Amino acid sequence: MQLTSRYRFAASHRLTTDALSPEENARLYGKCNNPHGHGHDYVLDVTVEGPIDQAGQIVNRDALNALVANQVLARVDHRDLNSEVPELAGRVTTTENLAYAVERMLTARWTLPAKLVRVRIAETARNTFELKI
Amino acid sequence: MLLTRKAEFSASHICANPALSAEENLAIYGVNANPHGHGHNYVVEVTLEGTPDPVTGMVFDLRELKEIIHVEVVDPMDHRFLNREVPPFDKVVPTTENIATEIWKRLAARIATPNARLKNVRLYETADLYVDFDGADGK
Repeated sequence: MQLTSRYRFAASHRLTTDALSPEENARLYGKCNNPHGHGHDYVLDVTVEGPIDQAGQIVNRDALNALVANQVLARVDHRDLNSEVPELAGRVTTTENLAYAVERMLTARWTLPAKLVRVRIAETARNTFELKI
Repeated sequence: MLLTRKAEFSASHICANPALSAEENLAIYGVNANPHGHGHNYVVEVTLEGTPDPVTGMVFDLRELKEIIHVEVVDPMDHRFLNREVPPFDKVVPTTENIATEIWKRLAARIATPNARLKNVRLYETADLYVDFDGADGK
């Protein structure tokens, strides 16, 4: 059985890479390359899988919520992804890279009996990125 | 091909094991262990897998599926206190996981045809929390 729990965080970012010239960055990333940055209300879905335990749960809700809050939300909520999140240092702050960073944040302290099987992040209601683990 | 039908029911419950102390239940279930109960607007998404019948063009008769979901799930659970009024939740803690498992049990036998089988039960306890259960492979 799988359980999916949804979380939200707001963050700013700017898509840019030192590997390209300013003109090439502007062409590639368009408005997302705005030097002043911009922000999103991200929606994070965390999916875990496992058998139902004696308590009738595959994961303790408070334990899952605390893990996500401490490992992810505390690092990214109301933060600038480019300058304040070490897990994204040196990486373009695309939602693809953000999903990998969230996976690393979670697995670094994963102590729950259920298995982490999916991280899904919606940057906006129109763009969703799903990482199967 | 997958086919999904959605239904809603509102119900109250208590997530607590009577064999455990109040402190133990609070540690496991948090606010959900409140002995007075609380409620949710549950949303269930029933997914069938199958091939369209060559004559009807349908995987499963949607009217029949709606009727089955209502008779087996919505009618017995809607506006009920699950622990007190809906077996087996007098004995089984009505966590989202256990309710999804019970819904699977109630539906699976009635949905099996040569063309279609129950593939997944997704049960939303809130818009931010759901479980997926595929009883066929035990996952």
